[in-house]
Amino acid sequence: MKELILKVNNELRSVYVESNEILLDVLREKLGIKSPKCGCERGDCGACTVLLDGKAVRSCLVLAVEAEGHSITTVEGISAEKLSALQESFIQFNSFQCGYCAPGIILAVTELLEKHPKPSLEEIKESIAGNLCRCTGYTPIFDAIMDLTKGDK
Amino acid sequence: MKDYKYIGKDVTRIDALEKISGAAIYGDDIDFGANLLHAELVQSTMAHAIIKSIDISEALKVKGVYKIFTGKDFPYKFGLYMKDRYIFAQDKVRFVGEQIAAVIAFSPGAAKRAAELVKVEYEALPAVLDQMEALKDDTALLHPELADYPHVPWFFPKPGTNIAHWRKTRKGDLDKGFSEADFILEDTYQVPRYAHCAIETHVAVGKFDHSGRLTVWSSSQSPHTQRHLFAEALGLSHKDVRVIAPHVGGGFGGKAGVTMEIIPAALATKLKGYAVKLRYSREQEFINTYQRLGVVAKIKMGVKKDGTITALDHKIYWDAGAYVEYGANVVNAVGLSAIGPYRIHNVSIDSVCVYTNLPPGGAYRGFGYSEMLFGLESHITRIANELGLDQIEFRRKNAIKAGDLTAYGAKMNPNGLIECIDKVQQAIEWGKKPSSNDPTKVIGQGFSLFWKAPAMPPNASSSAFLKFNEDATINLIISGMDIGQGYQTVMAQIAAEILSVPPGKIRVETPDTDRNPYEWQTVASHITWSSGNAVKKAALDAREQILSLINRVYHYPIDELYLEDEAVKCQTDPAFLLPLKNFVVDGIMTRDGTFKGGPINARGMFMPEFSSTNGDPETSQGGHPNVHYTVGAAALNLEIDRETGKMRVLKAALAIDAGKALNPDLVRGQITGGLLQGLATVLYEDMRYNDKGKLLNPNFTDYKIPTSMDVPDEIIPIIVEVPQPDGPFGARGIGEHTMLPAAPMIANAVEDALGIRIKEMPITAEKVALAVLNKDKQ
Repeated sequence: MKELILKVNNELRSVYVESNEILLDVLREKLGIKSPKCGCERGDCGACTVLLDGKAVRSCLVLAVEAEGHSITTVEGISAEKLSALQESFIQFNSFQCGYCAPGIILAVTELLEKHPKPSLEEIKESIAGNLCRCTGYTPIFDAIMDLTKGDK
Repeated sequence: MKDYKYIGKDVTRIDALEKISGAAIYGDDIDFGANLLHAELVQSTMAHAIIKSIDISEALKVKGVYKIFTGKDFPYKFGLYMKDRYIFAQDKVRFVGEQIAAVIAFSPGAAKRAAELVKVEYEALPAVLDQMEALKDDTALLHPELADYPHVPWFFPKPGTNIAHWRKTRKGDLDKGFSEADFILEDTYQVPRYAHCAIETHVAVGKFDHSGRLTVWSSSQSPHTQRHLFAEALGLSHKDVRVIAPHVGGGFGGKAGVTMEIIPAALATKLKGYAVKLRYSREQEFINTYQRLGVVAKIKMGVKKDGTITALDHKIYWDAGAYVEYGANVVNAVGLSAIGPYRIHNVSIDSVCVYTNLPPGGAYRGFGYSEMLFGLESHITRIANELGLDQIEFRRKNAIKAGDLTAYGAKMNPNGLIECIDKVQQAIEWGKKPSSNDPTKVIGQGFSLFWKAPAMPPNASSSAFLKFNEDATINLIISGMDIGQGYQTVMAQIAAEILSVPPGKIRVETPDTDRNPYEWQTVASHITWSSGNAVKKAALDAREQILSLINRVYHYPIDELYLEDEAVKCQTDPAFLLPLKNFVVDGIMTRDGTFKGGPINARGMFMPEFSSTNGDPETSQGGHPNVHYTVGAAALNLEIDRETGKMRVLKAALAIDAGKALNPDLVRGQITGGLLQGLATVLYEDMRYNDKGKLLNPNFTDYKIPTSMDVPDEIIPIIVEVPQPDGPFGARGIGEHTMLPAAPMIANAVEDALGIRIKEMPITAEKVALAVLNKDKQ
């Protein structure tokens, strides 16, 4: 066991981890941060996506020890003050159904919008190509992002 | 049409905030503290074998292992419609992946390491991996004791064979029908198995406390059905079994009934005081939940020159897997409905449920109708083309209408099938397909109708409690599951409409069988209809209580009182206005300072009292097994690269008769989601087994489900509303149906574009490219 100081959602948290523990398990089981979900444990589904220094990563493919010194953001962090405009748009467009993939997709698109405030449909599709959603057919997700980022807003 | 305030409106989901903010709690998110144990399964590596011995000695030495259980600890059978399964394999295994033992440890890692050290010695039996093989006389029997299995009275197993159930439907005179035909087409269609692939895998936690009470937290579509099966299988009283179902990360039928949840429930009874958790890996999710059944369908259809269908002989052989306790009802449902949405007077249907040494088949969105419609709707297009008829006109001519008799002799419900056909034909601009500038690309148009009825016992019921809070917000307490379809929101809309309280002021919590009233299960696309009726009755009960109280205190006649904007008003006295929040809990103070009334608590219940399964076993005539059908039509434009076979859906239109779309935006969500799920089954999803019955692609790398890059360029969702007379505000279910037409539409479009008919799903790019090569050679 090794003590790590992880910066999660702008708070410093101390946690004891084994060197082979993945960030997903540490966030969920040791820090009580449950929005990153486990869907495949091998980086295929994107349900465990978190932002590491603003970049979307699969927390099932990152060792907790690798995350030290970096800033980790989950949907809890994004929602702490008030919902982001992206989250509000997702609500308005009934973009999610079961909701299990929602945290990962919110973070992946958050990264996209940081880089490209007015993305094309292709850029939107590519930004979440690694986040599987089995319910919605993705269309209501695209619609919410397109509406949010369209010209006059 | 009546003007509603909340019904028929695009209300935003009442569970959206929870799900968007990360607050929603799913099964794996619940904490159980220091007394949590983890279970890992020891699974069969053989498709069919006798278990000679199980050696747990090495596994027990792993640090952190607490106990190991095997089949001899749990000699109990269970099953929803047929009790043909044990909690753990007893003397025999019947598929690769079947649970043989469970290792219980204080960490998931220890459980996993130890499970790999359990040694199982097998004596191989012949593996039966194909339903047509399984039907041969000299094939090994999977269940020699089939005659002893308890089952529902409408199943007809054939002991001494591998046939678990045979649904026969006979109507009219088949020979006469074929003799009247000018043209007969006979062919065989095949559909492989498919996996649900909800992004959340199955998870369940069982706890048996020192007072003898079993609680199971379960990612489930069926909390009450699970409670019932746990109580029956484990010999407990229903009052001592509690199932708590948090948010579900996708169901699609895969979390219906009981699969792996029985394991932690049973284990808990031997681990008093501990909570024991079983969370499936993605691989286990593929292998040991339900899979969609595989199908071989033999269709013979007779038609007159004018396009009248005179006869249908439809034989469907289902690869139902090693245990059919739920899957047999898929077979049953399609055996009653394999005429499709057509008026056919001379019919023979044989729907045969066959045991094979593959994982158990069970409910999957569409409940067998996707598989059936692939053959039937391919056949319909081919016949129209052979006769030189327009395929849409051919469908329109034979489309079933309200009052026509179904295959089992009951009357078809009111429906908007013709309107769906018309609207899809118009939306897709049928006959005016675009052409491609790229010479390697060709474009085809495909069309398909669809129908489906809820498959459920005749007495499947729903119920609802509704309680007002001090501020006139409402807790609606029901036991259906919001598996993504928007159930909670739509139920809130129904209560909102009747009680004039906005949906946003109504909380619907996920169920707990101790506190929430009975619901059969969230399956069959029946929940909007059935639970909606129960919620409507509960809201009417609350309204009745409110108006009676006002009548008692203020003496206005009840029929002059109404609810509007969260208040009681009176038609004859515009000055009267009493906000609900003034009295729905605390009552109304009268002149002498005493109070009348008290908390408004209401209830509602619904059971379809007209349904029965009394049909004749040889013909299915006489009963009323299906409450109603939902129908629709769909079409698409498909671009195909002749060289690579790669296909792209340029445009798709799907029309469905929702009766009344209680929330049109949520109906559209079912269309975009269901259509893509259906397209994936035909274009790329494909379960591959080796010749030993082992699944070769149990992960998302090798079993491709659609990503954001695979969405059709344009989807046109169309809602048709021909009210269901007994539905809440006229509504009927639409959740499963939206994936039904996808496969035959693609097959029909491929033929339209290339002149090649593919009769085996999936229709992958590889298969198309090879077919083009073969055709060019000839």
